[in-house]
Amino acid sequence: MVHGEIWTIKELFVYPNEYIYWSIQIVMYPFMTGLVAGAFVLSSLYHVFGINQLKEMARFALVFSFALLFVAPLTLMLHLQFPERGINVLMTPHFTSAIAAFGIVFMTYSCIVASELWFLYRKHFITIVLALRNKQDKRLMERGKYLLFNTLTLGTYDVSEGALHRDEKAVKILAGVGIPVACFLHGYAGFIFGSVKANALWMTPLMPVIFIMSAGVSGIALCMLTYIITMEIRKILAKRRKAPARMPYVEKLRSIEFYEIQITSKYLLIFLIFSVTLELLDLIFRGYTGVKSWDVLRSVIYEKDFISIFVLQYGIGNFIPLILFSLPRITIRRALIGALMVLFGVFMMRWNVVIGGQAFSLSFAGYMHYVMPIVPHDVESFKEGLAGALSIMAMPFILFWIINKIFPVFAENEQG
Amino acid sequence: MTLGLTGIALPLAAFEIIDPRKLMAQEASDKSKVRWVFLVDTYKCTGCGLCVKACKIENEIPYDANVTRTWVERYVLTKSGQVFVDSPEGARDGFTTTKIDLASAGTKDINKDDIEKAFFVPKLCNQCDNPPCVQVCPVGATYQTPDGVVLVDNKWCIGCGYCIMGCPYGVRFFHPVHHVADKCNFCYHRITKGMKTVCVDACPFEARQIGNIRNPNDPVTKTILTKRVGVLKEEYGTKPQVFYIGLSKEVK
Repeated sequence: MVHGEIWTIKELFVYPNEYIYWSIQIVMYPFMTGLVAGAFVLSSLYHVFGINQLKEMARFALVFSFALLFVAPLTLMLHLQFPERGINVLMTPHFTSAIAAFGIVFMTYSCIVASELWFLYRKHFITIVLALRNKQDKRLMERGKYLLFNTLTLGTYDVSEGALHRDEKAVKILAGVGIPVACFLHGYAGFIFGSVKANALWMTPLMPVIFIMSAGVSGIALCMLTYIITMEIRKILAKRRKAPARMPYVEKLRSIEFYEIQITSKYLLIFLIFSVTLELLDLIFRGYTGVKSWDVLRSVIYEKDFISIFVLQYGIGNFIPLILFSLPRITIRRALIGALMVLFGVFMMRWNVVIGGQAFSLSFAGYMHYVMPIVPHDVESFKEGLAGALSIMAMPFILFWIINKIFPVFAENEQG
Repeated sequence: MTLGLTGIALPLAAFEIIDPRKLMAQEASDKSKVRWVFLVDTYKCTGCGLCVKACKIENEIPYDANVTRTWVERYVLTKSGQVFVDSPEGARDGFTTTKIDLASAGTKDINKDDIEKAFFVPKLCNQCDNPPCVQVCPVGATYQTPDGVVLVDNKWCIGCGYCIMGCPYGVRFFHPVHHVADKCNFCYHRITKGMKTVCVDACPFEARQIGNIRNPNDPVTKTILTKRVGVLKEEYGTKPQVFYIGLSKEVK
């Protein structure tokens, strides 16, 4: 069977070789890079602009961004016909291609996030190493831990006030440099789509900007969501008194959580308004200019994909959360529901761009419908089906759990 | 004395008897003198599909796989102004029924008396002068040869599908066996050895022709220069090099 044939249903006249070649993993790819970029921008708000209210969220967002970072290229790997040749992009980059620089941009960005994390957690590594160094009869686990953290210190054990001050400065610079790079990373994902002149739905110079804005929306929403869940777990733990004695009391936790969510939701709202405005502008412009492709696009947007665009993306994903976050006296529960809806909305936006862009034939005389493989029956239907998508969705959370062991997000509070 | 002999020996060595056959071969391999183009006469096409069949066999595209390097489209225009287009299995077996294939929407039988006009249009890679597929390939696995043909290095292609997305003509696909991007290459293995493409050879009506636009004496060049010919989807700026005689505005 030809690649794409199992999930493509053709209607009317479609060229013989046309299938939905870019499926669910390509929906996941901008979704994931968007989350990475958004989470990073959120963390930078504190470090660069000194928005002190976001202190706790900033640390959280940076670690989460790092966890997401590993997942974004994985989506591409699952999509490639030859994942083992993926390295070719770095070996012989063909720079007229929008994908060619992905490796370089992505590596640069990874280095920035990793070094920012290092400066942020340097003191933490040294504290652990020094505590373990003098300990006699280290157990196997402790020896492993010592080795790992000793490596992470990179051989420097200076925790003098001057050194720590320089760390802070480095974090600030890296966070500052990171903002344009994060925007570039995701704007660039938008460019990959926006520059395809053969695709009438994708080709718009607004695409990179729309992608950056929706990245901000989704990144902040995911940080909010994960933050709320983590804080709720901490509260339950504190209530059960199983938590370490130094953990702040439930009331204190509640007030920190509320405070952080209140501020973060304001930033979310700003990004959301920009994102929706740009998307609607694009739609109105297409309708108004009504070029050759508009007939087929109109039938896709207003008829075939009406539910997924206007009900799921704009309705549930944008307008309801817009109301939820705009109403005064935000509550944690409202923020949680809003964040979930926003995340769903951004996912649907990616879906409507990637799948919607392939919903019509290049002949403008036929349509293609995507039927996502639910039950996998071979490698392809696993990778590019529901199972593959869910694996990708779950991965950042698992990675966050592991990375959190090395870069403890709540360390400072617990010590305080 | 020795010096004098050397002086005579050198210019003698510089002389070489030139073999005219060798010279001709050199000229043929000089790529700047060759630019392959294709000419399709839609008036002559009957939709028999022999070109598609021959192409599939010659280029080892699995016969029953629903992808093809070349295909034939049938256009039926009714008196009420409706346009119907189909290409069942790329017209591999020709058009065996008058019913229009509407894919998942079933078939449509059009009354003979309602038909205003109908014709066939063969399609293949346009070997564009400004190929978007080459532009978007992230690893340079697809490239343009000096004689204008766009080829795919199937040992280097990573299978991202960006070239498939970038082509406005839908000529690219993933090869069902090799799993890399594949497309028509004007039978490059044949044309570079002085043969014609297999579809040209297989066409009983001379609807398909291949030629070298840099050669003014080539009959294809003469036709393109002197007759009214059209190209597909000019608005994309790809500068396609497959020319059509009798192109109609309904052609997608």
